[in-house]
Amino acid sequence: MTDSPHVNHYGGDLFEGYPVDTADTAGDQAVTNYTINFGPQHPAAHGVLRLVLELDGEIIERVDPHVGLLHRGTEKLIEYKTYLQALPYFDRLDYCSPLGMEHSYVLAIEKLLDLEVPARAQYLRTLFAELTRICNHMLNIGSHVMDVGAMTPNLWVFELREDCLNFFERASGARMHSAYFRPGGVHQDVPERLLYDIGEWCEKRLPKLFGDAMSLVIDNRIFKQRNVDIATVSKEDALAWGFSGPMIRGSGIAWDLRKSQPYDAYAAMEFDIPVGTRGDCYDRFMVRVEEVYQSAKIIKQCLRDMPTGPIASLDRKVVPPKRGEMKQSMESLIHHFKLYTEGFHVPAGEVYVATESPKGEFGVYLVSDGTNKPYRCKIRPTAFSHLQAMDMMSKGHMLADTTAIIGAIDVVFGECDR
Amino acid sequence: MAHPAPLVAPQPALAAALQTLLGTDLVAHVFTVDEDSITVTREAVAGVMVELRDKLEYQQLMEIAGVDYPDRPERFEVVYHLLSVTKNHRLRVRVSTDEATPVPTIVPVWPNAGWLEREVFDMYGVLFSGNPDLRRILTDYGFQGHPQRKDFPLTGYTELRYSEEDKRVVYEPVKLAQDFRNFDFMSPWEGADYVLPGDEKAGGTGEASGKGAPSPLTAAQVKAADDKAKAPPPPTPKTTEKPTETGAGAKTNIKAAKTSRDGAKAKPATKAAKTPATAEAEKVPPKPRTPRKPKTGGDA
Repeated sequence: MTDSPHVNHYGGDLFEGYPVDTADTAGDQAVTNYTINFGPQHPAAHGVLRLVLELDGEIIERVDPHVGLLHRGTEKLIEYKTYLQALPYFDRLDYCSPLGMEHSYVLAIEKLLDLEVPARAQYLRTLFAELTRICNHMLNIGSHVMDVGAMTPNLWVFELREDCLNFFERASGARMHSAYFRPGGVHQDVPERLLYDIGEWCEKRLPKLFGDAMSLVIDNRIFKQRNVDIATVSKEDALAWGFSGPMIRGSGIAWDLRKSQPYDAYAAMEFDIPVGTRGDCYDRFMVRVEEVYQSAKIIKQCLRDMPTGPIASLDRKVVPPKRGEMKQSMESLIHHFKLYTEGFHVPAGEVYVATESPKGEFGVYLVSDGTNKPYRCKIRPTAFSHLQAMDMMSKGHMLADTTAIIGAIDVVFGECDR
Repeated sequence: MAHPAPLVAPQPALAAALQTLLGTDLVAHVFTVDEDSITVTREAVAGVMVELRDKLEYQQLMEIAGVDYPDRPERFEVVYHLLSVTKNHRLRVRVSTDEATPVPTIVPVWPNAGWLEREVFDMYGVLFSGNPDLRRILTDYGFQGHPQRKDFPLTGYTELRYSEEDKRVVYEPVKLAQDFRNFDFMSPWEGADYVLPGDEKAGGTGEASGKGAPSPLTAAQVKAADDKAKAPPPPTPKTTEKPTETGAGAKTNIKAAKTSRDGAKAKPATKAAKTPATAEAEKVPPKPRTPRKPKTGGDA
């Protein structure tokens, strides 16, 4: 009885008294590994990710992610555009956090030009970069919980994302592809009422709705079963695989470019960096949840300290004058015409500027040859390194964990494939 | 510190440390725009990376970028961006190579170099010796060419469409409804190395085209060009001595004698004062024109 494979809950033979057929069935035979396709059209693939999975039963043996299905040649196109014309391409890289992408690019240009940016512009950029972070995390948190089975929180946090998009629209005129950050500052000033509304939203609506949505998942048993101890990444692995952003912080390394290499107005901001303890999918999720609250804190500080003054550099050789000014002055008209046709020339040189985008380190390696077009603009996407570690992270896990792992990576293919 | 870009404290001791650590492998070290970048020899790059990671605490490889400089003998640059999270510093390491010479892989040093090297290979065709999985990564399955090279056209060579007849996506050579409009805003006297539209004849100075405006012509060259441009003198001086040479004649007289429709008598042909137009007409022989033949091409 003890050597019977069919043991019931109480230690007894499950089939006691019944004739048991002990001949080999199909299920007893050794199963060779088999390979399946995950994606490119899959709701949990977060875009066009194709994973070639080698499975032993339901255990993942090997993952080979195929990327590039959304490759649009952005870097090549940028080489044929002036610096200003190339800016909107950055919105379209990570279309979930467009302003975070623009941020690296404008800072790279400003660094090459050694251009001073007025304080109000720096505060506005910081404010909108953080609003973008909230916007991005709303999408990621919502889709992550939906990938592992929850529905309601996604609907709630999408309302918050909608609010963010409305704020972008009121500031720049566009909900997603704002092209709001410009070399030298921002495109236009924001109405006072918008700043007031953002403040009120951060104070009232965001903590209430987000807190409600998160109360449904963060202690939820199913959610924890699907995420805790899934894809554990040690500190050493996180460094070796080039992790950044919430991925490296989830592994317990307190590395945040906003703190360590502050840009724009981040040096004046007070905020905390959440870190994980175990380095699993749950920690990455929780790091993002906490980052939302920290971003709200930064936004409130920006609103409190928002200086007055110009919203873009007054260097007329880089920043074009406003239309009203252009209608009044011949010199402004010439500057306007020259800057919107030929554009400004950037001194020869090269920079690598990386900012803390919502997904991690988003870098721009800009090589200028002194003309009005970039000689080379290499974009360092966050997802490339993270997705590459997919094989390392999901080895030995079940097929169903793939969705949780992808959700916790926070991958967007506009940025990964460029 | 004027610009608002990420603030990184400079490392004054880095230059000496690099020199002692890398020795002859270090080709150059420059510090520009607040960024350190070093050039190392291609063969030594893997060893250099190990040294930088273990001795100088550059724990992370953030990026490998390829850059194409077609004018150089070794046209490609492979640029590695390292990050030290303990020293809070970035370092750029570059090596150069050409189409045929492989660069040693650094996958054993950083596992995430695998995809980054694959991307450089895909985009530029730079080979990485020792990379265990050097496949294309971003371009289409079965793609040919290396699109980030400067001599690869922006439009590419093939285009796709869904064919209703074949019920599948078909690949075809690129057909552009409109030329790509590459506006060139360089001033002609600031280094444009091309012939301006309408200025093709001026380029016949025999100079190799290069950067910078063409050097001014000497007086002798100008005179020679002027002489060349001048029409050759006519073989015989133009005179009109006989009536047959005027283009007028019996036929003209008959025609002139006809009355016009309103009955007024046409004036008889008189010798008019010679104008350039009439002089031109005098060259034309008086015989009637033969009907025009259809063009067969290749007319001189």
